[in-house]
Amino acid sequence: MLVDMRGIERTYIMGDNEVRALRGVDLQIEKGASLAIMGTSGSGKSTMMNIMGCLDQPTKGQYFLNGKDVSRLSRAQLADVRGRMIGFVFQSFNLLSRTTALENVEMPLMYQGVPGRQRHKRAMEALERVGLHNREHHHPNQLSGGQQQRVAIARALVCNAPIIMADEPTGNLDTKTSHEVMAILQGLGDQGITVILVTHESDIAAHARRVITLRDGLIVDDKTQEPVRAGDGGAATGARPQEGSAA
Amino acid sequence: MSIFTTLKLAFRALWRNKVRSVLTMLGIIFGIGTVIAMISAGQGARQAVADVFSSMGTNLLIVTNGSSQSGGARGGAGTQMALTWADLEALQNGEVPTARYVAPVLTTKVQIAAEGQNWNTSVTGTTPEYFKIKNWDAKEGTLFDDDAAAAGPKVAVIGTTIVTQLFAGTNPIGQAITISGQPFEVVGVLASKGQSAMGQDQDDVVIIPLKAYRSKLDSGVGKYITRGQIYVSVKTEDDISRGEQQIAALLRQNHKLNATDDDDFRIRNLAELALNRKASTDKVTTLLAIVAMMSLVVGGIGVMNIMLVSVIERTREIGIRMAVGAKPIDVMTQFIVEALVLAIVGGILGLGFGAGLAKFMAGYYGWNFTFPASTAAIAFAVAGGVGVVFGFYPAMRASQLDPIQALRYET
Repeated sequence: MLVDMRGIERTYIMGDNEVRALRGVDLQIEKGASLAIMGTSGSGKSTMMNIMGCLDQPTKGQYFLNGKDVSRLSRAQLADVRGRMIGFVFQSFNLLSRTTALENVEMPLMYQGVPGRQRHKRAMEALERVGLHNREHHHPNQLSGGQQQRVAIARALVCNAPIIMADEPTGNLDTKTSHEVMAILQGLGDQGITVILVTHESDIAAHARRVITLRDGLIVDDKTQEPVRAGDGGAATGARPQEGSAA
Repeated sequence: MSIFTTLKLAFRALWRNKVRSVLTMLGIIFGIGTVIAMISAGQGARQAVADVFSSMGTNLLIVTNGSSQSGGARGGAGTQMALTWADLEALQNGEVPTARYVAPVLTTKVQIAAEGQNWNTSVTGTTPEYFKIKNWDAKEGTLFDDDAAAAGPKVAVIGTTIVTQLFAGTNPIGQAITISGQPFEVVGVLASKGQSAMGQDQDDVVIIPLKAYRSKLDSGVGKYITRGQIYVSVKTEDDISRGEQQIAALLRQNHKLNATDDDDFRIRNLAELALNRKASTDKVTTLLAIVAMMSLVVGGIGVMNIMLVSVIERTREIGIRMAVGAKPIDVMTQFIVEALVLAIVGGILGLGFGAGLAKFMAGYYGWNFTFPASTAAIAFAVAGGVGVVFGFYPAMRASQLDPIQALRYET
C-alpha cells in the first residue's frame, strides 16, 4: 500500500475556535492508482491533500507512506520525504518567475544534491515528457498557461516521485488547455505514477478511476469508475498565451 | 545543495534587485572603508610619532648633572658637578646590564666658519656609539669610528643645515671648518632627521670626537663631566624603567651617597615620553575605530533590513522551494549566503575605498601609507561576520515559514 491513512484527524486552533478540518479519515491507496479527491470548499479536501503531501501533519492518527510512518516527522524529515515521494502541481502553477523553465524543473534536484550536469539532463528529459523540450530557456511569462502547467508537471516528475498531487490543475486554464493537461496527467498514470487529483469539479474527477468525496472532514463516498480519457497526451502546445505566472 | 549552486542562486537573487543590492552594499562599503581607513591611519600616525622619538634615540635615558645649591640658591639643572668620567667608564664597561650603548654627549654653542661664511651652532663631542643611539647614518662621507675617537683627530661630521649655511649646498667632504679657531676636516654629512619632538632642528649640528672636543674646546673640570650628559640606550622598551633604576643605583654608589641623600644627578626618560605620546595616539585611534565600527553596524542593520524585506517578498518562492523538498536549513542557508555575498562584496569594495581614504590621509598628514595584509584579512573577516550576524535573523524567519501559508501568500 502506497498511502495508508488511519484515523487521521486535523484540528486547527483559530482564536478561541477549534476547527476540525478532518475528523477521522481512513484511506488506502495502491501504487499506480488513479484517484480524485472531491469536495466543496470547507470539506477538508485541502487539509487532506496537505497531509497526504507531507506539507502538514495530522493532529491524531497515523499516516504510512510507502510503509513508513510519516505522521510524526520533523520539518526537515518531512521536506526530505516530499522531495523524494511527492510531486506537486498547483492551480496557479507556482513557477519561479524570472527563472527559465529548465531551471524551474531543475530546482527540486538541487535539494537532493544532484550534481549540475545530471540535473540538466534529467530536467531536459522531464521537459521532453511533457512536450516542452524546445521551450527550456523561456521564462514563465513567455509561456502560455498550459505550457506553464506543463513545466510544473515536469518539475513534479523530475525526482521520479511515485506520487503526483495535482491541486485543481486546470483551474486557471481554458477548456482546450485543460484537456491537454489532463491528457498528460493520465499519460503519467498509465506509466505507473500514482496521480491524485484534488478538485471540486466532477468533470475533472471523471478522469480518475477512483473518486472519494469528502464532506465536513469525513469521507462520505468512495466509488470506482471507468475513467474518461482526455486524449493521447501528445505534445500539442497551448494555443493562447495567458498571464498568471506565480511567485 | 552544493555551495557553488547556493552561491549562484544568491548572486542571481541579488542581481535581480541590482539597485537595492548596491544601496545596501553602500552601507557595508562605508562601514568597512572607514574601519580600514582608521586602522591604517592609526598605524600611520603611530608610526609617525614613533619615528620622531626614534630620531631622538632608541629607548633612550639621558643622565645629567643635578642642580647645584649654594647658600639656598639653586643653580638649575646640570649645574652641579656630580657626574664623573669614572661614571662614564663604569657605564661603558657594562656595569649596567640593561645598557646597550653608552655615549657621553658634551655640547657647547660656538661660532664656526668656512669659506668666508660663519654660523653659530652647537658642537657636540662624543663617541661613535652616539650615532648608534640616534640611529644616525652618514648621507655622504663617513662617520668617525672608535679608533678615530680614541686618537682624537680633528675631524667633524656635520648636519645638513650646516652644509646649507656654510657651504651653500656644495660638497663639504674634505673641506675645513673652523671651530673656536681650530681647523677641523669635514669627513661626513649626516642624514637629515628634521625636527625633534620638541621642535629643535636636529640637523643644525657639528659632531666631533670626544678627545678632540676635550683638548680643543672644553677640557672640563678635573674628574667631572661639566656641560655634558651621558646617553644610555637600553636594550628593549621593557628595560627602560629597570635601566633607570640600575643607573641610579650605580651612580649613587659611585658618588657615595647615603640612603637619605637626594640624587646629585637626573635621569631623563625620553622613552617614557614617547610611550605616552604613542598611548595618546592609540587612544584617538581606538576612538575613531569605535566610531567607524558604529557605521559598520549601521551598514549591517541595512543588510538585515533588506533581507527581511526580501524574505517577505519571496514568501511564495520559499513556499515553492519547501514544497519541492527544500529543508528549513536549505532555505536558511540560501538567505544567509545572500547576506554574506552582500557583505563580502561590500567588504571588498570597502577595502578599496578604505585604502584610498587611508592613502589620502597619509598624504595629507605626511604619514607613511601602511596597508598590511592583516588589515585586508580583518576586513574580510569582519564583513563576513556582519553578513552572518545580520543575515541570521531574516534567514531564520524564512526557514520557519509554514509551506502551506507561504504557498498561499499573495504578493
